[in-house]
Amino acid sequence: MYFELAWRNIWRNSRRTLVIITAVVIGVWSMVFLGAFSRGMLNNMLENGKSVLIGDIQIHHKNYREDPSIDKSMEQAEIIRHLLKNNLSKNTLWTERIKVSAYVSNARHSTGVTLVGIDPVKEKEISFLGKSIVNGNYLEPNDKRGVLVGKALLEKFDTKIGKKLILMTRSKSGKVVSKAFRIRGVFKAQMESTEKSYLFITMHGARNLLNIEEGISEISIKIFDDQNVDIVAKMLKNNIDEKLYSVETWKDLLPMLEAYVRIFDGFMYIWYVVVFIAMGFGIVNTSLMAVFERVREFGLLRALGMKPWRVIASVLTESTFTLTVGIVAGNCLGIISVFLLKENGLDLALFGKGAEFFGMSRIIYPVLTLTDVISVNSVIFFLGIIVSLYPAIRAAQITPVEAMRE
Amino acid sequence: MNIVNAQNIKKSYFQGKMQVHALRGMSVLVDQSEFMALAGPSGSGKTTMLNIIGGIDSPDSGTIVVDNNDYADMKQSQLADLRLKKIGFVFQAYNLIPVLSAQENVEYIMLLQGVAASERKEKAIAILDDVGLEGKYNRRPSELSGGQQQRVAVARAIVSNPAIVLADEPTANLDSKTGESLLDMMKKMNQEKNVTFIFSTHDNMVMDYAKRIVKLKDGQIEEDIVKEK
Repeated sequence: MYFELAWRNIWRNSRRTLVIITAVVIGVWSMVFLGAFSRGMLNNMLENGKSVLIGDIQIHHKNYREDPSIDKSMEQAEIIRHLLKNNLSKNTLWTERIKVSAYVSNARHSTGVTLVGIDPVKEKEISFLGKSIVNGNYLEPNDKRGVLVGKALLEKFDTKIGKKLILMTRSKSGKVVSKAFRIRGVFKAQMESTEKSYLFITMHGARNLLNIEEGISEISIKIFDDQNVDIVAKMLKNNIDEKLYSVETWKDLLPMLEAYVRIFDGFMYIWYVVVFIAMGFGIVNTSLMAVFERVREFGLLRALGMKPWRVIASVLTESTFTLTVGIVAGNCLGIISVFLLKENGLDLALFGKGAEFFGMSRIIYPVLTLTDVISVNSVIFFLGIIVSLYPAIRAAQITPVEAMRE
Repeated sequence: MNIVNAQNIKKSYFQGKMQVHALRGMSVLVDQSEFMALAGPSGSGKTTMLNIIGGIDSPDSGTIVVDNNDYADMKQSQLADLRLKKIGFVFQAYNLIPVLSAQENVEYIMLLQGVAASERKEKAIAILDDVGLEGKYNRRPSELSGGQQQRVAVARAIVSNPAIVLADEPTANLDSKTGESLLDMMKKMNQEKNVTFIFSTHDNMVMDYAKRIVKLKDGQIEEDIVKEK
């Protein structure tokens, strides 16, 4: 009967109850939907950042990051290959790369780039490259003279598919080496700077250019379950000679992005609380009005022997019902909104350039995580109950004599 | 046996800046099964005395013992328990919870007492029948007349067999016919169930029904009339 009484009480003034439920619905909807949208933006930024040749974990020569030259390549890669083959799950992908600074030129232009020798088959699965060819063809594994060029560089060099580019770099012996490569395909990246600064050739092509038989610059590993990144990194660190090689996660490689993820999570909670504060005033105000309208009734109940804690419980039960109805409706609305945009995403064409600056795609797909939904609901529910304590305590303080004088 | 033993009760309160002496050393003994009226004009202290007997107000000085419970030794929570189990209240107005039906209003007090659902229902229906509200169990207060509402309040007050029922001007908002009918019913409860009733009233009809009238004036007993049986 307590619950029935609470339920009937909240509908005594249905208009007022609907107003506060609407406030909760809007608050929950905005938190769920805009939260999912923000999470989508963050994930997109993260994936874009990681897909530009980062992956989840990388293994390098210990000093490679200080001096990214061919001198700091990993010579005994076979040991690491064996370790990865035997210890990584089937869902985990990895690839090898040779990465050196190079100079590219044609008849009219020249510029410095990062030249990347790839295993075309594996690279396709791991980095952005596989899905980015907008013109021409992707590299064949045995292609020793083919090169993939970014769209922006192609335009800057005023060249086209099939034309030659001269790639020049320093070999391990210190000699300057150069070879002509033919443009096989054009890739389009999220950021123009990526298109201008990377050139891709096959591993064979890179070895041929650099006159080396063995040695790789890096191994990039992609793990599909984020939770496992640190576990895998730890396992690798324990099994790889730290004096020779370094194992780093994307968090080490992209510290800015990692910091941004942390800030974002903090910001989400702050935002939840800010939205809640606005909503909280409405809840307190409505509950107080409901209490002051029923002073005689609370006085009567106290006179009949109802204890203060039970008065508090009855007011809180009413708040719980109001919050629950609002939260359920808000969640439904939020989930429907996310579902509607799941297929086609939200086009940020209007902010295209700005979005690109932040490393985001033009189209953002909302991402709804269980953690975010639980956080939203917990924040609203528990803070809602906490702010309802004030009117509940005020109700419990009403004495029968005081109530009769009303 | 005394169900109420009030000795030298004094109570004053402030109305704005003015101190009002509501009770100036009132003493009264009430026996079990009495049907008694505290009568007097407005401001004579009858409601204040009733509130003090009911434990919803406390005296400035004096002692009050109800059903062997000395209020001076009791905490607020113990007083609330006493009210819940031993004292029934009928007020002049705002007696019922508007969103509950007649039966639920009666059941609610038993719910607070921890009575099982089936027993609550059985007792509530029986007592509503006793007060003449057969078939009106599911009506909300707004669907009942003033007299019927007061009957529900009486039913709620006596359903748990309290030691005493305190009724603060129960007929004040009723027409004479309805008031008479309510008093008939309460007298019947007094006679059949030996429930002690104390009224505060300035209604002559209530005084006619009362077996004992304690007349108050300026916070003191002016006259204590016990009618012959």
